[in-house]
Amino acid sequence: MSNYLPPEYLVRIDEGRCRRCGECVRGCGFGTLAFAHGAWKDAMSVFKHDQGDLQQVLARIKENVTDRVVADHHKCVQCHYCVSHCPEGAVSVQPNPLAYRGNHHWRPEYLKNIWRQANTGGMVLTGAGNDKAYFSYFDHMVLDACQVTNPSIDPLREPMELRTYLGARPDGLELEPGPGPRGAVLKTRLAPAVRLDTPLVFPAMSYGAISLNAQKALARAAKACGVVMNTGEGGMHEDLYPFADWMIVQVASGRFGVNPGYLRRGAAVEIKIGQGAKPGIGGHLPGEKVDEGVSQTRMIPVGSDALSPAPHHDIYSIEDLSQLIYALKEATEYSKPVSVKIGAVHNVAAIASGVARAGADIITVDGFRGGTGATPLAIRDHVGIPVEMALAAVDDRLRQEGIRNHVSLVVSGGIRHSGDVAKAIALGADAVALGTAALIAMGCRLCQKCYTGNCSWGITTQRPHLTRRLDPDRAAENLTNLIRGWSLELKEILGALGLNAVESLRGSRLRLRGVGLPESDLRVLGIKNAGV
Amino acid sequence: MVPAAASCTLCHAARLPRTSAAAATISPAGRNRCRAVAEHAGRPGALKKVGEEMREGMVRIPSGCAISGIMSTKGIRFNGEAITRSIACMHERSNGLGGGFAAYGIYPEYRDLYALHLMYETPQARVDTEENLRRHFNVAQSELIPTRPLPQIGEAPLLWRYFVRPVREDGADGLWEDDDYVTAFVMTVNREVPGAFVFSSGKNMGVFKGVGYPEDIARYYRLEEYEGYMWVAHGRFPTNTPGWWGGAHPLGVLDWSVVHNGEISSYGVNKRYLEMFGYCLELQTDTEVIAYLFDLLHRRHGIPLDLVCRALAPPFWKAIDRMDDRERELYTALRRVYGSAMLNGPFSVIVAFQGAMVGLNDRIKLRPMVTGKKGDLILMGSEESAIRVIAGDLDEVGSIRAGEMAVARLEEGVVV
Ligand code: SF4
Ligand code: SF4
Repeated sequence: MSNYLPPEYLVRIDEGRCRRCGECVRGCGFGTLAFAHGAWKDAMSVFKHDQGDLQQVLARIKENVTDRVVADHHKCVQCHYCVSHCPEGAVSVQPNPLAYRGNHHWRPEYLKNIWRQANTGGMVLTGAGNDKAYFSYFDHMVLDACQVTNPSIDPLREPMELRTYLGARPDGLELEPGPGPRGAVLKTRLAPAVRLDTPLVFPAMSYGAISLNAQKALARAAKACGVVMNTGEGGMHEDLYPFADWMIVQVASGRFGVNPGYLRRGAAVEIKIGQGAKPGIGGHLPGEKVDEGVSQTRMIPVGSDALSPAPHHDIYSIEDLSQLIYALKEATEYSKPVSVKIGAVHNVAAIASGVARAGADIITVDGFRGGTGATPLAIRDHVGIPVEMALAAVDDRLRQEGIRNHVSLVVSGGIRHSGDVAKAIALGADAVALGTAALIAMGCRLCQKCYTGNCSWGITTQRPHLTRRLDPDRAAENLTNLIRGWSLELKEILGALGLNAVESLRGSRLRLRGVGLPESDLRVLGIKNAGV
Repeated sequence: MVPAAASCTLCHAARLPRTSAAAATISPAGRNRCRAVAEHAGRPGALKKVGEEMREGMVRIPSGCAISGIMSTKGIRFNGEAITRSIACMHERSNGLGGGFAAYGIYPEYRDLYALHLMYETPQARVDTEENLRRHFNVAQSELIPTRPLPQIGEAPLLWRYFVRPVREDGADGLWEDDDYVTAFVMTVNREVPGAFVFSSGKNMGVFKGVGYPEDIARYYRLEEYEGYMWVAHGRFPTNTPGWWGGAHPLGVLDWSVVHNGEISSYGVNKRYLEMFGYCLELQTDTEVIAYLFDLLHRRHGIPLDLVCRALAPPFWKAIDRMDDRERELYTALRRVYGSAMLNGPFSVIVAFQGAMVGLNDRIKLRPMVTGKKGDLILMGSEESAIRVIAGDLDEVGSIRAGEMAVARLEEGVVV
């Protein structure tokens, strides 16, 4: 039936360059490429029939057998593994130039999905984040810089501080006179917090959705950079225990891998209510990705689908959430902050306020560009709101209610570079999570096929021959470099703004201006238009 | 628990006891509070002032400045000539678009009453303000602030002063501190009464300021006729010409006054932080932010003064990491809790209130600040010359280090 669907990409092998090393054939996770065995068969038949002259046979083989690499174009997802790894540069992948009858409304992607569904009767699945051409507010906000009246600060010559703490803060400190420093003794006992050396974190990506090697890389990088990664809902593999201080352990609706030891091991506990890529939808890890390791860690049988329900079955209202928050605090003896992750939806400000009042110490707001291992396309592309708007609304609401300090705000969902990070912080975020960017640093080409478990880059797969190729040390180095690069850029941005500590940018909407935004958007973002 | 409830609303607090958890957690936004105050004061929603878009409060105006302060730690009172000489010596640091003074101990005969200094731009402004004033206060004295006409001083608003005591007919008795009540009133008038501006509201002290060079402002207000034990002064170099008297410095609330040289690059953060605690930042100036931060941290949260300074210009993490456990815990807590109160960017500032004067420099000392001592006199200024012009042979002279502060206090037992 796939006849209905022309291939999306065409793989071309430059015959003149190809030296038949097989790098691309072995490399493709999607089974697109193969040596043309038909040609061999042909040669063998020649040999059988022409018993006599060996010389002649060899000549025939030489003539007829071209042991070519051939592509089943239908299978190609344009992940570029072959292109990146061919030592001769002989492989190229192009979008199929096949022209559809032009139609602005019925664009080819919609036709193809209809054909697919007409064939299968199923949902169209996808991975990664919303790729539709929705308006980007990040791209229509610009940052300020100092000129004359206040000096900018040079991060190469002056200290520049990015350290950030995630956790609840009281409104004020209580001090009493005593023998402490400067004659004051601190009476307030501060709630536990996660310390970050730079306001960046790796968001939840579970073992199961991503490979153990990918998680190892994230954990090593988190430790090296003084930030945290997040187990996601898949539990914590033994190999990661040494990194537990740099890991947030997640409790999601499936409760996979959750036990007291797990909760106590992490730097913080996160309750996952929702995810930007699929708010209102549970998790789905196909059985093919549940191998021995995943099975052990998640505490489920090998090969069984790991389906986490859409809601937590013990949370049907905000007071239930509060109970779970305090149950987790009890279980960890109030020694860890509890975070709650929500997807950015229409009423996100009120929800966040409720979550803050329910006792959360950290709120993670995941925007509609956030990535995922697997989700129905219809949800990914059409549910949720931009993180910029969600963040502005949440920060505003928490301030209006005088409780902004009681929680830390982490935002995620399509953060592409340090400029986005700085803008998010200026809008009000304490820290920013980079998920997709982290995967890209490890090799991901955003082919969006994570749900197939075939990731050629060894990231979102559990197939040993694929995961093996992701070297956790090298990937950790890539991640560390990325965090370092962004942090350096953040320091430059802060310096240009005349600031030497990141908390002086947090919520500073005055340092943002909108370019080309209508009044209504400016109002929600709480920023002025450029020029005023 | 430190109360989170705001001081900005008369009505809200009248209904909710300040100490109740409800007041601490469900108090509405600063902005809403202000509106509530406005309605209470009988001026619903009227937009502020005679319509000028370029004055303080409408736009943010970066300025450079000169500051200076003198205090007698023995509480000995002296007239305004010394401080005028000091600030005049830094003439180049201002551009004639703003000068002002705060003087402490000048109204001993009214020491228990709040001295309100007002600017009126229209006769109606005075009528409206006085109507509100009499509803909320007993007015013991109401008079023109004496001035001397000068060619250097352009058109001035009507300058009036009142000595008042709060009355509590609205049932707010006992729920409000007098100070909070006065603060709320000041914010209400400044925000909602067109053409009226309260520029001084402390006890036994007064602010005198206007558009002009500071030495001319001093003569205009006849400061040589006042005697105080502590004086601070400000000469301003704004980058545009708002020409509004209320925009001159010092700024402050109650007996707090702040003079400041620099530009706080973290203004937006500080402003939004303060708004969460119910402050209405009307003037969009750094000085106002500094005054309110001192008010919040010191008066409302009870943080000792030198730790307030350490919260506003905190040590770097590197230094904190090297401290012993107790110190590290304290400074980490200060930075975690008051991170949004940190003043980032270049500044030197003198904060004065009854009995004390504090000089503070930014974290990396991007603005000058010199201190000196001569007998019982403590002097502070943007330049050494501003100090030496008052007392040539100083006993001590020094520079405030980055992030450090200098405090001058009245000696024990001195009553002013
Ligand atoms: S799926 Fe990836 S590796 Fe396979 S042919 Fe296509 S681009 Fe190459
Ligand atoms: S993680 Fe792998 S499968 Fe997923 S988008 Fe990236 S390259 Fe494709």
